[in-house]
Amino acid sequence: MATIRPRVKAPKKAAAGEIIEIKTLINHDMESGQRKDKDGNPIPRQIIHKFTAEFNGTEFFSVDLAPAISANPYLSFNAKVDESGEFTFRWFDDDGSVYEDTKSIEVT
Amino acid sequence: MTRMVKIPGGGRLSRLMAGLVIAAVPATGAVAADGDGTRIDWGPYKVGDVRSGYTYAGAQTRAMQDDDFQNPAFLWLERGAELWDTAEGAAGKACADCHGDAEESMADVATHYPIYFEDWGKLMNIEQRINWCRETQMQAEPFEWESDDLLGITAFVKHQSKGLPVDVSVDGPAAPFFEKGKAFYEERRGQLDMACTHCHVDHPGDLIRAETLSQGQANGFPTYRLKWQTLGSLHRRFRGCNRNIRAEPFPYGSDEYTNLELYVTWRGNGLPVESPSVRK
Repeated sequence: MATIRPRVKAPKKAAAGEIIEIKTLINHDMESGQRKDKDGNPIPRQIIHKFTAEFNGTEFFSVDLAPAISANPYLSFNAKVDESGEFTFRWFDDDGSVYEDTKSIEVT
Repeated sequence: MTRMVKIPGGGRLSRLMAGLVIAAVPATGAVAADGDGTRIDWGPYKVGDVRSGYTYAGAQTRAMQDDDFQNPAFLWLERGAELWDTAEGAAGKACADCHGDAEESMADVATHYPIYFEDWGKLMNIEQRINWCRETQMQAEPFEWESDDLLGITAFVKHQSKGLPVDVSVDGPAAPFFEKGKAFYEERRGQLDMACTHCHVDHPGDLIRAETLSQGQANGFPTYRLKWQTLGSLHRRFRGCNRNIRAEPFPYGSDEYTNLELYVTWRGNGLPVESPSVRK
């Protein structure tokens, strides 16, 4: 799809020290570089090769993605939260684009 | 009990035993064995002997469909929701200008399509309805079949009926088209000389090479198919099936496929609308 839409699901509130689940999804063709077009020319690789998650500016989770990963990659992971703050999620595209989404959480 | 019990042509004893097996099936029709042997209550996904493709899908695929967030089709749905409110064409209208809130106006439309459309004198499915609205009411260009826009708006419209039982009408003016669809379904075609019935009536639940055959129900379309890695329409599925049996596929939106869509949808009357579903 033409427009890239990152989606993140994370709780808005949590207790201090709680382990929360974060789910992310982004639409992306994840073109592997192995395919050929109608004329037999290779279609250049274009994937999201890296994903990072930060909390209040500190990276706590990252993934290197490889060409065999299917389109529209879904990632879910856990984090332990001790204080209120903001999550920043970034997807790095082979073409240099960076897609970003943020979620804030209130810790009580 | 998921498979048909075949009674061997032989003597009275084997027939009697087959009769006993049938009698031993518990009355709770919704309980069936999963591929790995666990017993699952399929709930609304099984109505009598009619089973949604959901019940033939693996546990992981079902989990993707059960969680609206994990289901990648919802990315298309978001696009569809935007299009609903976007004015296009010479008339300067959006879907919402006539139909208002889709949650209300589209509440059960997916349960009734395809319908007989009087102006055309033939059947019309939801994709065709959307494009008819675009051309006639909005005076805009129709969306291309299998474009993200048409899939998105179709999924968005059909999703409003999610959970409601499919209830297409096959009598009255739709009857002759229903008969044509039925004939297509039962007619052998392609180099493999197979009809739809040979897989989807005779062998649902059995393997075709490494894949589990389903009843070929239409209640989940447009569906996010993991093989396609995108959302796809029922007509795309028809084309794929026709190609598999080495027959020449018909064009998207052709009369043959729209008639077939009515017959296939009717086979699943009573199943809940699942759009957008996830399948392998």
